[in-house]
Amino acid sequence: MSNGDDVKTLIIDDQEVSARRGQTILEVARENGINIPTLCHLEGLSSVGACRLCLVEIKGSNKLLPACIATVFESMEVSTDTERLRKHRRTILELLFAERNHICSVCVSNGHCELQTLAQEQGLTHIRLPYRNPNLPVDASHERFTVDHNRCILCTRCVRVCAEIEGAHVWDVMGRGINCMVITDLHEEWGSSTCTRCGKCVQVCPTGALFDKGKIGSEHPKYPDFLPYLNLMREAR
Amino acid sequence: MNIEELEQIAEGVRQENAQYDYEVNVCMDLACASQGADKLREALVQAAEASGKKVLIRRTGCMGPCSHGPLIRVDHADTLYRKVNAGHAESIVNSLGGEPVPELQCDLNEHFGSQVRVVLENAGYIDPEKIEDYIARDGYKALLTVLTEMTPAGVVHRITESKLRGRGGAGYPTGLKWGTVAKASGDMKYVVCNGDEGDPGAFMDRSVMEGDPHRVIEGMAIAGYAVGAKKGFIYVRAEYPVAVSRLTTALREARRRGLLGNDICGTPFSFDIEIRLGAGAFVCGEETALIASIEGKRGTPKPRPPYPAVSGLWSKPTLINNVETFANIAPIIRNGGKWFANMGSERSKGTKVFALTGRISNTGLIEVPLGIKLRKIIEVIGGGVPGGHTFKAVQTGGPSGGCIPAEMLDIGVSYDALMAAGSIMGSGGMIVMDDTSCMVNVARFFIEFCMTESCGKCIPCRAGTAQMYTLLTRICNGTATMDDLELLENLCSTVKEASLCGLGQTAPNPVLSTLKYFRNEYIEHIVNKRCPAGVCSMETPVEVLA
Amino acid sequence: MSKLKLATVWLDGCSGCHMSFLDMDERLIELAEFVDVVYSPLVDTKEFPDEVDIALVEGAVASVDDEKKIRKIRAHSKMLVAMGDCAVTGNVPSMRNPIGPEAILDRAFIENATAQPQIPCVVVPKLLNVVRPIHEFVKVDVFLPGCPPSAETFHTALTALVNGGPLDIAALTRFGA
Repeated sequence: MSNGDDVKTLIIDDQEVSARRGQTILEVARENGINIPTLCHLEGLSSVGACRLCLVEIKGSNKLLPACIATVFESMEVSTDTERLRKHRRTILELLFAERNHICSVCVSNGHCELQTLAQEQGLTHIRLPYRNPNLPVDASHERFTVDHNRCILCTRCVRVCAEIEGAHVWDVMGRGINCMVITDLHEEWGSSTCTRCGKCVQVCPTGALFDKGKIGSEHPKYPDFLPYLNLMREAR
Repeated sequence: MNIEELEQIAEGVRQENAQYDYEVNVCMDLACASQGADKLREALVQAAEASGKKVLIRRTGCMGPCSHGPLIRVDHADTLYRKVNAGHAESIVNSLGGEPVPELQCDLNEHFGSQVRVVLENAGYIDPEKIEDYIARDGYKALLTVLTEMTPAGVVHRITESKLRGRGGAGYPTGLKWGTVAKASGDMKYVVCNGDEGDPGAFMDRSVMEGDPHRVIEGMAIAGYAVGAKKGFIYVRAEYPVAVSRLTTALREARRRGLLGNDICGTPFSFDIEIRLGAGAFVCGEETALIASIEGKRGTPKPRPPYPAVSGLWSKPTLINNVETFANIAPIIRNGGKWFANMGSERSKGTKVFALTGRISNTGLIEVPLGIKLRKIIEVIGGGVPGGHTFKAVQTGGPSGGCIPAEMLDIGVSYDALMAAGSIMGSGGMIVMDDTSCMVNVARFFIEFCMTESCGKCIPCRAGTAQMYTLLTRICNGTATMDDLELLENLCSTVKEASLCGLGQTAPNPVLSTLKYFRNEYIEHIVNKRCPAGVCSMETPVEVLA
Repeated sequence: MSKLKLATVWLDGCSGCHMSFLDMDERLIELAEFVDVVYSPLVDTKEFPDEVDIALVEGAVASVDDEKKIRKIRAHSKMLVAMGDCAVTGNVPSMRNPIGPEAILDRAFIENATAQPQIPCVVVPKLLNVVRPIHEFVKVDVFLPGCPPSAETFHTALTALVNGGPLDIAALTRFGA
């Protein structure tokens, strides 16, 4: 083999696949049409491994690894859809639905929401955990966008796209644990923050937490797919 | 600085001490200080002056049995006095050279008899603000020996030979870690000391940093030489101001004596240490979060691999060890790896410092050889449960650990045995509970701690611990159903297996271990709406707001 | 074969699920061959019958009255179906949860009242502090999310329930559908 050590062969869900050295399990799985659910991961942004939905099992190890970060090695055997993983994924989704006030029927992202779609894919018909019903603010001070913390799942895509792609680092996370919140600047109103109004954060937000003013429901699909292209063009320059 | 100069300093201290006829060591550690040790020391100084006797009155670090404080240790006979106050100063000074003061003497022979002091060998004997005191007790000899006689690989070999395992909790073999960092390639490497001790009821690292700071510095410098690092950081929580000030003094003194800085001991080895303060986040004790915090970022953990040994501080190879691990290094270098490996049990070598707290007679710091029976710690060293109550359980490993019940007291204290019992060694906190403790309430307390201290990055820990807390609150106030218990167990499994870092992965342990050993208490709360220990009141309104 | 006894119940919801149920149109006649509607806002019966085979419950549990009803319904029904998002998740009625019932009552009966502002204390049932989905009070056998579930969803689900056939709810509907 001419590529020597740079090409790895492995097995994902009984399917033999090949990969370049350094590729993540998620990349390889997607190249081969194997779906692994994710929420915090987005192609074009750094991976944080925070949502834990993409956890997979590796043969020979009891530890579950995040597919968005774990890289491939020769002859590894990956299972992406075992009963154990399905159970954890359902529980994680339930935790998200119960954590804040996700009222799908009146959400701007109803029908375009990654959380909602994942819940259906994972066969969720109800939330067994008690709803926490926190009292959270909505910041509509920005002339073009609104942040509704009731819908935020703290995936930090907005934080990363703002810092890594736009280079503005307006978004960040405040607080600890269950009291975490995404904030603009040092917890100033979005409208009076140093926001460059590029709108990338809105496009990458998987739920209805960040949205364009004046667009609701079925009119508000989001287009996060511009990121890999943007990165490619930047590298080409 | 070389070995001869070190010996001269030690000799100087001995000569100075020889001017005095008697020595009185006063424990100035937090527990004793809060009960008037400072006033006691002043009174002793005055009484000594008035009597005309030549008495050296020394401020020292923790002597151990805090519940008996303020403590002092008198002259060369090692007489320990307990519950001393300023009013006793005169009679103590008068008794010097004669019979000890009977009413202050304590019978702690059994307490001390089963202990072996390695990490705490200097605590209670040296003034932590005097580098000379440390040097007089063989301090920095190990560092100079290493620099002048050993290769870095030789040092790693000796540590490996000692079979020392990380004292921060996880028990990773220290020699293996050092070897990995030593082999990692990089122009810059770092040594980091984790002094972000945060477990409720644990204060081993604080006592070491406050009572014997040079021991930590020496251990770090040796580590720096072994792995090829020039720079070290001590990460201390800001809630330990005394430790910070002692370490600052110690670093200054070490630099002044040429034991830190450029070309230490005339060798090409340079090493210096900076202190970094934590900002009150428990999660920063987790090594990847600690690294982020030192870098000036939000203290949240990152998935491993890559491990810090390969890519740590500013993406450079970084050796992170706990305070107590570094404190073990100098004695291992001085006495040899085999000496250390001779102590302890088969797979857990050496000694371990524990902070004994809760419903036990002798609370305080103890150091025991690993493998010792838990029963011996509780009943002999700890003096048993006071007030005619019966022992119920001991929580080891803090909020990441578990409760070990009375019927398991005969296990030996080792990494593996504690793990098998559903707990962990942890950093060394031991909280003893008696029949007045409700185990559901205890589990709820620890989950509340983990919920508050979760960084919020990953969902299982952030939202999972909060849901567990809600469910445990329901159980405690009698509004839970058996379905809630099933939900709780389901959550335990997801939080344990799916969380990003150790904090989340171990957060369910207190619930799992109490469910394993005290399930009947949960059932009593749920089915009969009764708290067997009488701790939980069942009168709260039915509606539980999350 | 005797017909199955079907009840439909309206707790704290907008009745949209019942409307969607009626949207089955001519398929209702087909359904009537298998079931008798023994209790419903759509029929006259005032008391919940002793024995019901399938109870479709719309709405969340928001008042002490709702709570009493759902417990009774559970006790007298072989199969309890949570019909629509309010019953399944709390949905729109639960949007008051973060601020509590007092603020809502004040707004409705004091601030916005044009005459005799006062919070009713008779006839109108007392509100619970927190609006919750029905499965937090009683065991639910089938969850049918959607706001409202479509007539198609109702038809497919009810056909399966009546015939005891297989039913993949997640393939039919979702929260907010």
